Amino acid sequence: MIPSIPQPKSFHALYGAYVTLFFIYLVLPLVVVAVFAFNDSMFPSLPWNGFTLDWFFNPDEPRLGLFHDGRLLRSIWTSFYIACWVTLLSIAVGISNAFLFERHDFPFKNMLYMLMLLPLVIPGVILGISILVFSSTIANWLENTFGIEATLLRPSTFLVILGQFSFIATICTLVISARLRKFDTALEEAAQSLGASQLVAVWTVTIPYLKPAIVGAAIVAFLMSFENFNTTLMLVGSDQPLTIAMYGRLREGSTPELNALSLLLMLLSGSLALLSVFVQRDKT
Amino acid sequence: MSLSLRSAVRLNLILLLIPVFLWLLLLIILPHIDMLLVSTQVKVRPRVYEFSFANYGEFFSEPLYWRTFARTAIMSIAATLLTLVIAFPVAYYIAKMLRGRMKSFLFLLCLVPFWVSELVRTFGWMILLRESGVFSNLFQWIGFADGPVEMLYNDATIMVGLIYTSMLFMVVPLVTILDSLDDSLVEAGYDLGGNAFTVLRTIIIPHAMPGIVSGCIVVFMLTLGNYLTPVLLGGKDSLWFTAQIYTQFITRFNWELGAAFGFLLLFLSSMIVWMGLKLSRQTLTETMG
Amino acid sequence: MTEQGPGGGHAPSYDLECRNLVCRFGDFVAVNDVSFGVPEGDFFSILGPSGCGKTTILRMMAGFLQPTSGDFLIKGKSVIDMPPNRRPINMVFQHLALFPMMTVAENIAYGLLRQGINRIDARKKVEDALERIGLPGSGEKKIKQLSGGQQQRVAIARCLVLEPAALLLDEPLGALDLKLREHMKVELKKMQDQFGTTFVYITHDQSEALVMSDHVAVMNQGRFEQIGTPQDLYYQPATAFVAGFVGDTNRWQGRVESVDRDTVKVITQDGVQLLATAAGGEALSQGSQVEIFVRPEAVVITLESERITSQDNRITGELISVLFNGANSRALIRDRHTGGELDVALPQTGEFSHLQRGQEVHLGWSLAHAKAFIQKESGG
Repeated sequence: MIPSIPQPKSFHALYGAYVTLFFIYLVLPLVVVAVFAFNDSMFPSLPWNGFTLDWFFNPDEPRLGLFHDGRLLRSIWTSFYIACWVTLLSIAVGISNAFLFERHDFPFKNMLYMLMLLPLVIPGVILGISILVFSSTIANWLENTFGIEATLLRPSTFLVILGQFSFIATICTLVISARLRKFDTALEEAAQSLGASQLVAVWTVTIPYLKPAIVGAAIVAFLMSFENFNTTLMLVGSDQPLTIAMYGRLREGSTPELNALSLLLMLLSGSLALLSVFVQRDKT
Repeated sequence: MSLSLRSAVRLNLILLLIPVFLWLLLLIILPHIDMLLVSTQVKVRPRVYEFSFANYGEFFSEPLYWRTFARTAIMSIAATLLTLVIAFPVAYYIAKMLRGRMKSFLFLLCLVPFWVSELVRTFGWMILLRESGVFSNLFQWIGFADGPVEMLYNDATIMVGLIYTSMLFMVVPLVTILDSLDDSLVEAGYDLGGNAFTVLRTIIIPHAMPGIVSGCIVVFMLTLGNYLTPVLLGGKDSLWFTAQIYTQFITRFNWELGAAFGFLLLFLSSMIVWMGLKLSRQTLTETMG
Repeated sequence: MTEQGPGGGHAPSYDLECRNLVCRFGDFVAVNDVSFGVPEGDFFSILGPSGCGKTTILRMMAGFLQPTSGDFLIKGKSVIDMPPNRRPINMVFQHLALFPMMTVAENIAYGLLRQGINRIDARKKVEDALERIGLPGSGEKKIKQLSGGQQQRVAIARCLVLEPAALLLDEPLGALDLKLREHMKVELKKMQDQFGTTFVYITHDQSEALVMSDHVAVMNQGRFEQIGTPQDLYYQPATAFVAGFVGDTNRWQGRVESVDRDTVKVITQDGVQLLATAAGGEALSQGSQVEIFVRPEAVVITLESERITSQDNRITGELISVLFNGANSRALIRDRHTGGELDVALPQTGEFSHLQRGQEVHLGWSLAHAKAFIQKESGG
């Protein structure tokens, strides 16, 4: 079952066919979505009525193109805004945690590490509702005790950021820790011996060493935030991020504008994926 | 100096502990405790609540609720096992049968769905499977069917979607672990008189066990907590438990019951993950870290 | 033990000086009351087996480890309260610790920039340094593109551009292969002469220490056994440990039969009677348990027994094997009476080029070349 062990030809043919089928299964839905973005029809389905770019560029209803759809563009902006904050927070906490778990020993360290992994095994919907319940409790308490109206703690973009951050921080911690574990602390000592204070040594030697992991983690964090649905659904306020807006359109039944948007998303994440592969390869 | 050096390390430690404490306490621990408290409250008059397990009682007395719960659990387990069965040969093919460029290319190809939003993927399946969809037209054109065929809104479709969504999280750990299996072990297995089946059972699968466990746990978690795929591909009758939680929270505004449901789902997923780890003698730290 | 530092006494001319350094890790005493001074421009080595505490001393000098007690002075000023980045000495690490994400030039400029030197001056100094280590024009290369020996030189240059009071080297040749190591020994010594900087070098390899150093401290179990020139250590070992650790040697254990001033008569465990010179400064008396050390090259080997009648000690043995290594060839001889094995240097006279296995040979050495030390319970 490895190339060095002879197998009948029929086995190879069958195995190859199975794997081919698998990859067709993998790419078929994506190809279909992309192709129908160019169908000159009101619905993303057959028959094929010819090629058009209307679903990207047409300025008026009913064939409103993506780049003129104010509501969708606004939701893209909301998603982008959320993703930037989530990435920033997660990376900051991820770096801090990596140093904490790789460089320090303290009582209950293993317990804290287990707790830190927990967000990965809690379903996203539950993360969402637990944060919703807790923030409402605080908001109610503030209102009843001090008469303060804490709108931030009601479903809002702020809560969405916190909700996504709550589990993306774990992923960033794991990625950055893995790289820090491979770091030879003698490099930091060498920097100190050459006249750098501890802080300067970390900044000029350790952080540049961690850079591929930080960039990789940031890309993953950005995409996970941009595409998150489950946690976001429970915490979303009046500003709809892209996934929520798309979900609404999908349920209503949609025009191929949605395909155009999907294609755009695929291109965006595809290029980010390539970038991350490139960054990881540059590792020293 | 000795003292000040030690106190500098201590200060450092405290500064690093602050973010992780704030994060875990405010976003994970306290919310879940609060959710537990809310789930044990019952509204007796407007704005007046009492401690009670009535919400949990309602779950067990209302067949719709516990049946949805059981259905979600069983389908998630089935989806996990099917994903494993489908992914294993593919992972093996990539890890052991291929070399060089083709290997890394196919491996990267496996990652593609991960980089694309789940919404887009599900949308793709909807275009393929709906009444006016690609497969329906294809079948009519070949002559398999006389009229449009609706392939959405049934359990098989939900399964296809769930497996599709989870595939990556199974393939990646499997490829990684199979790649670490030394070819000479397989050769030795054959050399000592084994055949394809015995080598698979006694050498390959035991070696791949940690990867299988971590893949299964992640896939199970994701499937159990999935919302989009069952709701969009299964329609109104999808009867998925997360959808039930959403209904209680957002549509009915019955947070107490919704919180109880949330806890039951969390309990179920923890139990199954815990059992999986026990059965395979692994720890969470090994599997995730 | 013997704390007669080079130069003797507490002369203020020391570049580096350790006073009564002690370092404890829990119950374990890694460094036990060590004092020494290093004069300016000296190549000073600390030689000892792994785990003897030599790395601990170096890390205390560099500032990465706080001594439990004791003091460390650079040019007469205590730096014990100074963090590593403020001490005017630099360290070359065991695996060099060159920064992999920076170029060669950036590595060398690192310390200069930390001193606040502007980039233009720094670049000039870097170019000078590259010139001096024989790597002109390699500034833009990545560390990975350099060979092991070149990396070595960059790691040293990176420190020397800062013109430190002293350079601390932590077994930097350990990671190199044998041939390169031989070459680098010579090169290191040349670099030290060229820059005139004080070197403190730690190693477990006695040949590195002997070849390069002006002074060597032999360390064992947290203490200094002896400080001296390589010649002192080799010819006048102060303790049994030094005699056994520095250079190759033949060793017997036995009991003192009689003492006549410095000369002792010893009966070995195998019942052979040997004459030796009392060493180590401790009084030997009848009945003392001693160890006797004789260098392989101090033994005269011959095929005719008449030739060694003038030697104080004589043995007849048979040849087990010849370990041919050019000028450093040895013969392994088994004592006819006791079965004990001796390591003997073979003179390159040709007389011995046709030695046969099992052939009878005669060995002899003078009592001046046989050093007797009191045997310690935990010694060696």
